[in-house]
Amino acid sequence: MVSRRFKSLLVAAFSLFSILFSNVSYAGDWNPSSQILEHIGDAHEFHFFTLNKKPISIPLPVILYSKDAGWSVFMASRFEHGEQTYKGYRLLEESYITENKLDPKIFKTGKIYAVDADGKPESYSIEKVYDLSLTRNAVQVLISVLLLIWIMSSVAGKYAKGQGVKTAPTGFQNAVEPVIAFIRDDVGKTYLGDNYEKYMPLLLSIFFFILINSLISLVPGTANVAGNIAFTGMLGIVAFFVIMFSTNKHYWLHIIWPPVPHGVKLIMWPVELLGIFTKPFALIIRLFANMISGHVIILSFIILIFIFGAMNTALGWGTSPFFIALAVFIYLIEILVAFIQAYIFAALTAVFIGLASEGSHGHAEGHDDAVVI
Amino acid sequence: MMLMITLLDAQPGLGAIGAGFAAVGAGIGIGLIGKGAVEAIARQPEASNDIRANMILTAALVEGVALLAAVAGLLAVFK
Repeated sequence: MVSRRFKSLLVAAFSLFSILFSNVSYAGDWNPSSQILEHIGDAHEFHFFTLNKKPISIPLPVILYSKDAGWSVFMASRFEHGEQTYKGYRLLEESYITENKLDPKIFKTGKIYAVDADGKPESYSIEKVYDLSLTRNAVQVLISVLLLIWIMSSVAGKYAKGQGVKTAPTGFQNAVEPVIAFIRDDVGKTYLGDNYEKYMPLLLSIFFFILINSLISLVPGTANVAGNIAFTGMLGIVAFFVIMFSTNKHYWLHIIWPPVPHGVKLIMWPVELLGIFTKPFALIIRLFANMISGHVIILSFIILIFIFGAMNTALGWGTSPFFIALAVFIYLIEILVAFIQAYIFAALTAVFIGLASEGSHGHAEGHDDAVVI
Repeated sequence: MMLMITLLDAQPGLGAIGAGFAAVGAGIGIGLIGKGAVEAIARQPEASNDIRANMILTAALVEGVALLAAVAGLLAVFK
């Protein structure tokens, strides 16, 4: 058909044309990977976008303590996005580090360092200056905690007044009740058996805390809280302590003297002893890597538009609907992943608690050898 | 473990290749889980809720291991 041949000719001509512009040169010192890291890292302000080279952001309080200068508390806007020093401190931006040829292994972007009389940052500040600021991760966790307390206490208040106990639930109770019943039945009762009620507050807290933090982190402009190793690390440490406190004698008996042939005991000892620590460690890494990889994928698709735009402006505009559609698709997957990861963390904590506190199941018959000759 | 540390000290590009292998492992593992789950649902459709819950739990465990390797690869690239 003439029109089909003409279309293929057009495609070939367009591809050849776009190859002519394949030398990628970024404007100035723009580095895509550092831009991605800046979006998923921690910062002293909520940065939404930049309009005409002026950043639109909400500055956050900076709280510093050093032995020489004592406590310093001020708003991050005093730093003027890394251009001014204030009270002997400076917020380092990437352009400052490359301009002044500072060592990027010592001076990290986005961190505050003490400056000497000339205004150059000093490397002693890494040990001697304690940065206890309310960065955007901390503020976002506080906001989500307040939101969670408000939602849950208002729903609980409705139940306390009798609404939804013998009558049908109304309003937000309809959303919360099936989720709590799901955690109670499919996570608590399934893995913890009879003494599930002791652990329900912990499992519900873990689930809703991870869920609300992950969902809020998906809004553009907010901080990446669940992709922070400190956040997931604390959750993992809490789970570790709960598991340790719920162990009983059978658990330690099985670790020290497992019911296996003597040769296998030698292998089981390091495996089981390491397993006490690798199980919460895997919980930490699983949540951290899932959340951070989701954010990095979305950011990569959007930044790809700018990479293509650096090659050729028309190419950037042309491919942008495709990449934005892909980014929206990944966004929907990330909402699903937030729910799944919150469920997985709670369920695996329940599984490990159940494994640690299981009673004597059939031990009354005595231990049979695995191999009967 | 020692292999992972020596690979981390090697070139940063190897970290990215390692993370790619981890993605292949995760794909194979979760694909096998999905295959088993879908076949089980085909055999007994009324158990599909239990099977789905177990499938998601097992898939998260396998993905956790793969993401451990991906994080190691990321660390190699950014150090």
